[in-house]
Amino acid sequence: MSDNLLRVQPIRNGTVIDHIKAGRGKKVLDILSLSGSETTISLLINVQSKIQKRKDIIKIEDRELNEVEIEKLALLSPDAIVNIIRNYAVAEKKKIEIPTFISELVHCPNENCICNNERGVSTNFKLLSEVNLQIQCTYCGRKIEEENIDFI
Amino acid sequence: MKHVVSIEDLDNKRIMSLLKRASELLPVAEGKKKSDKLKGKILSTCFFEPSTRTRLSFESAMQRLGGSCIGFADPSATSHLKGETLSDTIRMVAGYSDAVVLRHPREGAAKLASEVSDVPIINGGDGAGHHPTQTLLDLFTIKEEIGKLENLKVGMLGDLRYGRTVHSLSQALDRFNTKLYFISPKSLAMPEYVTDDLTNEWSTHQNLDSILGELDVLYVTRIQKERFPDVEDYKRVAGAYRINSELLNGAKPQMRILHPLPRVDEISTDVDNTKHAAYFRQAFNGIPVRMALLEQLIGGE
Repeated sequence: MSDNLLRVQPIRNGTVIDHIKAGRGKKVLDILSLSGSETTISLLINVQSKIQKRKDIIKIEDRELNEVEIEKLALLSPDAIVNIIRNYAVAEKKKIEIPTFISELVHCPNENCICNNERGVSTNFKLLSEVNLQIQCTYCGRKIEEENIDFI
Repeated sequence: MKHVVSIEDLDNKRIMSLLKRASELLPVAEGKKKSDKLKGKILSTCFFEPSTRTRLSFESAMQRLGGSCIGFADPSATSHLKGETLSDTIRMVAGYSDAVVLRHPREGAAKLASEVSDVPIINGGDGAGHHPTQTLLDLFTIKEEIGKLENLKVGMLGDLRYGRTVHSLSQALDRFNTKLYFISPKSLAMPEYVTDDLTNEWSTHQNLDSILGELDVLYVTRIQKERFPDVEDYKRVAGAYRINSELLNGAKPQMRILHPLPRVDEISTDVDNTKHAAYFRQAFNGIPVRMALLEQLIGGE
């Protein structure tokens, strides 16, 4: 832990996403559209961890993640932990959960699915399995695994 | 029961009650008895792609019950071409009728329709997705022909990969403790996403001979030419899976052959007059089964 502190300073206010699956950090930044924002963000890749062998960490200054962002994060890295930081202290520690219904977050890979062919229809997926992440389109029934998830 | 989007919307108890009612309705379906159960009721048939058999059998079923039908058989006659969404079309049509049968080229169309409609939606086929009334009439035919649905040995032959009919039927039969035999060329084998869900014993075979004698039912599907890049390959494969009356000498006397029709030449015409041929009765069974469903959905039974 002290090593990490030497690398990146603690933040006063904001969010620290810890225990991101190693190598997924950059993807998390992209999906949460954080890289284009004006806040200061630190991304640590392949940090040595006690729980996992390697992990990524993201520190976002002056911004607390909202529920929708946390849902997206849950699909990308279900073991991640969201720490809300206020005045240098952890004000809230959120264990994230994959929602049972995933709405407007993921593209349906079936080009012939009605949700890809009708104006005003949002995509909708049902969580089938959390362990080996698998979700299913509520319209066409297509099942997709973690590695094939394409975020909106 | 409100909408029937897939066969999963019907539990076994509901399926059995529908099949029982369909059997009672046979004389009405044949025009020998009259019914005015759905008098004054209106069924919409919205066909965004052509399907003569499904549409006409729904319209016949509704009219045999004293009801009437409105609808279209071709989307070029509708405001679909003007850019109207399916949701808007369904909302409007739902206001004009007591139930809607929807046929659409996109998967999930009926599910979407069920989310915006105040009246029951019946899925009449959505792309490569579901076609629950076909599955119901297949189950009804098996029950009528064999006398029961439980503990049967059913073979599926032909194109098992692309045929949604055999996918839904396999999943439905699995709920009745059926042992399934999948007979197809390797390139047209039953997909894993279907077999993964099966809870009873099943097996795959490349030819029919070795297992024909065990079967209570043989469900034959058409092998489509367009699935093969090479015409010679098609001819060879199609020829190897053709059924004729001589081949049927090895079958149980009470074994029945089903086929969703239209057939090309996967069942030779010399089978038509054998006791095994059930496919023409099966096609007719679309009427009583759809009558039973309409009674329950619109008549509130």
